[in-house]
Amino acid sequence: MATTILKAEGAASVEYAARIEHVSKSFAGPAGQQLVLDDITLDVAPGEFVTLLGASGCGKSTLLNLVAGLDRPTAGGITTDGRPSLMFQEHALFPWLTAGKNIELALKLRGVPKNERRGRAGELLELVRLTGSYGKRVHELSGGMRQRVALARALAQDSRLLLMDEPFAALDAITRDVLHDELTRIWAETGVSVLFVTHNVREAVRLAQRVVLLSSRPGRVAREWRVDIPQPRRIEDAPVAELSLEITEVLRGEIRRHGQH
Amino acid sequence: MASTETTGTAGTTASAEDGAAPGGPAKDGLGGLEAGLDALETSATDRTPLRRTLVDKVLPPVVAVAVVLLVWQALISLKVVDDPSKLPSPADVGDEFKDAWLEGRLLGYIWTSVSRGLLGFLFALAIGTPLGLLVARVKFVRAAIGPILSGLQSLPSVAWVPPAVIWLGLNNSMMYAVILLGAVPSIANGLVSGIDQVPPLFLRAGRTMGATGWRGAWHIVMPAALPGYLAGLKQGWAFSWRSLMAAEIIASSPDLGIGLGALLENGRNASSMSMVFEAIILILFVGIAIDLLIFSPLERRVLRGRGLLVKG
Repeated sequence: MATTILKAEGAASVEYAARIEHVSKSFAGPAGQQLVLDDITLDVAPGEFVTLLGASGCGKSTLLNLVAGLDRPTAGGITTDGRPSLMFQEHALFPWLTAGKNIELALKLRGVPKNERRGRAGELLELVRLTGSYGKRVHELSGGMRQRVALARALAQDSRLLLMDEPFAALDAITRDVLHDELTRIWAETGVSVLFVTHNVREAVRLAQRVVLLSSRPGRVAREWRVDIPQPRRIEDAPVAELSLEITEVLRGEIRRHGQH
Repeated sequence: MASTETTGTAGTTASAEDGAAPGGPAKDGLGGLEAGLDALETSATDRTPLRRTLVDKVLPPVVAVAVVLLVWQALISLKVVDDPSKLPSPADVGDEFKDAWLEGRLLGYIWTSVSRGLLGFLFALAIGTPLGLLVARVKFVRAAIGPILSGLQSLPSVAWVPPAVIWLGLNNSMMYAVILLGAVPSIANGLVSGIDQVPPLFLRAGRTMGATGWRGAWHIVMPAALPGYLAGLKQGWAFSWRSLMAAEIIASSPDLGIGLGALLENGRNASSMSMVFEAIILILFVGIAIDLLIFSPLERRVLRGRGLLVKG
């Protein structure tokens, strides 16, 4: 069963999957140093699903890059339980490899012996319900299938923390809806922690146990909501819509502040 | 259009399925929905049948060659060109080929040049590839020789023949030197532009998967740069062949054996226009054949695998 190899067992030694402490980040801009993230403090518990919500310019992707270790914070510290895996808005699958080989490359890079890779790749494809697609080239897959392979590849890294940077933003509404269900199922099965970045309020509420709203320019933690609506949820559910409305109002307030000069 | 709202909400909603069957091959609920979406959004691509390939790809060039031969024969038959020392008839050139074949010289000419050309190309490959990597990855090297490398591509390689003869004498090393100077810049530049065009997203994805340094170069950068590299190889071969012909025409010597360039030069010295035609046709034929047999299939394979080859 695919679930047994994927469960983050023995993770109890750490009480967080990611710990972001007083992190600031500034970039050299045309008008000198520009502060993008300002004193962000945030913990992701093991197995927790957190969405980072914000308008453009809130630095949510920057924060994700910092957690992924692709960039260094200007101030503050980030600790994660092992190296996190990262999923992008574009599938970022390698077109010179088949779907299965993409997953096997991730396995290879983390040192899984050759004779086990094929089997594990098969299990991961089964997990994202693409059993028959091992030999398919990336261009032969639909957008939704590509993101599922990308998810399988991210899971192949066997990280305790999965970082997702608007992974469903480029998909059509029907496919996105299905992938929400799929992600919720896989999250529940594998016990992986997820830090999910989005600008879609309903998506944030549909998926998360906790929604963190970032303000823009610079990005600060504006507010947090705990989402107690039981899974499985649907994006059309009344409680989801209700909370979304409340969060949207706060988000709009944040955006409005930038128009007042 | 409100009449469509009759069917109820009792359909196969995904929520009922969620989290219930872990990874099961359920064909209803979410699994079935997903299978349906997948089927709707992917279209089967099958290979073109052989007959179609023949009509689309083989027939047009055959017709083109036939038309050229017809016009050529017409020029002779209608006495538009009367002087066989200016334009020999197709039959005369054909006889030239036949004699060379029967006397066993034809394959010798071709082999002399092709073996030189391919060996020189392999040397160029062995030098151009690491050079390209160095220019692409090391800033100082790029600033130092990048522009020179691009500039060298526009320098006709014939220009290298006189100095090569003076430095190395009339021998095979001089031929190889000219080939190298012609082909190395193309190969190196192809690799450089291939590496420059690797999408940054692939590099980021690779880094999060732990492919950094040499592992990153081997698993991500090199395969991603392959199409550009292959284009460089193709151009590198064209330059090798051209340089070699220039060298063989200018620097003919009995010690060097008779290659296609020397054949052309011999034809000129003997005022035998049909021999000159024979040589030109062979040079053209070999250049096209190597491209069609080696580089085009390689390039097509790589591009098709990545979905970059659009069928017309």
